[in-house]
Amino acid sequence: MTGLRAAVAALAVVVALILQVSLFPHLAWQGIVPNLCLLVVVGAALTRGAQFAAVLGFVAGLALDLAPPADHVAGRWALALVIVGYVAGRVRQETRPTATAVIATVAATSFIGTSVFALSGMLLRDPVLPVTEMLQVIVVAVAFDVLLTPFVLPPVMTMFQRLEPVRTA
Amino acid sequence: MVDREKRWRGSDQLDQRGRPPRSLMVALVLACLTLVTLDYHGGPDSPMEPARRVVGEALGPVETGTATLVRPFTSVPAWFRSRQSLQGELADLEAENSRLRSEAATASFDRNRLAEYEGLTAAAGTLGYALVPARVVALGPSQSFSRTVTIDAGSAAGVRPDMTVINNDGLVGRILRVTRTTATVLLILDPDSVVGSRLGESMELGFLQGRGVLGRQGRLDLELVDGSVIPARNDTVVTWGSQGGAPYVSGIPVGRVTSVFRSLRETTQRAVIAPYVDFGSLDLVGVIVPSGTLSDRAVIEADGTLQ
Repeated sequence: MTGLRAAVAALAVVVALILQVSLFPHLAWQGIVPNLCLLVVVGAALTRGAQFAAVLGFVAGLALDLAPPADHVAGRWALALVIVGYVAGRVRQETRPTATAVIATVAATSFIGTSVFALSGMLLRDPVLPVTEMLQVIVVAVAFDVLLTPFVLPPVMTMFQRLEPVRTA
Repeated sequence: MVDREKRWRGSDQLDQRGRPPRSLMVALVLACLTLVTLDYHGGPDSPMEPARRVVGEALGPVETGTATLVRPFTSVPAWFRSRQSLQGELADLEAENSRLRSEAATASFDRNRLAEYEGLTAAAGTLGYALVPARVVALGPSQSFSRTVTIDAGSAAGVRPDMTVINNDGLVGRILRVTRTTATVLLILDPDSVVGSRLGESMELGFLQGRGVLGRQGRLDLELVDGSVIPARNDTVVTWGSQGGAPYVSGIPVGRVTSVFRSLRETTQRAVIAPYVDFGSLDLVGVIVPSGTLSDRAVIEADGTLQ
């Protein structure tokens, strides 16, 4: 079960990554696309908790850092998505979270994730950009992620819920 | 084991489930920081390059496949252009056409002279370069604060790092790294991209730098070496070229000057350049390779023949 779960999670990350770089640029606003990898990590966190989500965040971030069009210093998205997985996992509740809670979590973690990525870039001077422009990108990115939440999170959360080990077994 | 599974569902154990082990979090964060350090200090031959290559080899064909599936659908919005916008476009094109016709008529002498030069450069061109056609299959998100794209030609097509990428309109960027089937291109809009360039009219030298990530069209900053020269508006900027044609071959049109300003802190003139290439709808591009390169597809030679 654990192997299957890991395989399905990794597959979800790869699908999200491919859609993010190959399909969504056609729908992008000024090159900003919804961060599907982040949404998958949040979905995992809300159903399976912070531990699983932090590990998945590391994997997803590493994929974002290394998959072809990426050219920034590797490890930056990994760090951002580990933090996203941790934070989103901490707000997880026993019952299935309400729609408002899910959207609030996505907005908060999207802001945190993109900001952590931007801050790490400022520290490493990779690349040097005005802060106003970075903020603009972050705000639009959060809006885009929230917009896509109703379409992405329900299937992702249902999938991770199905993969939950059978409790009575 | 069964018991623990059950108790985990209980509210008394909620905190334990919500909080991952501290050791795991420390390990993950340290792993990230290690990657950053390794890649940051490694530079071009960092230990992460082989990893990038492996991931690229695996995901490159998937990106190419997805882009091929998506392509028929991206052209749909173009069908829904209104009659009015088409008429407007027609009027613009007619105006441009007549302007160009009058220019062509008055400039016959220049044209003749140019034809001679062109014969020379074409001869030089046939000695030097050919084009490998490729399509853009993936674009990096603006959230990564860089402008890079993946194209579907790699080392099997004869593409190597530091080659120039152009399209119909002008300079697109340069190749950063290649896998067997794909290559990553650094667009000239990226803040890390610097292109040595030359003003078309005054032949003055300068450096073009990408301005950042926002905007479909994008802008570039031109800083001239000679601070006393003031670039003219609408002057063309072309590449200056480097030794051996890497990373940029010379004479590729880049854009035109839209505005000029002098910064008080620095002594140089800065001009804002609008690139000729529409980066919002980048699709078919060509990679400039040495003539006679072995490739897995047809290579367009400088005289227009396919090889």
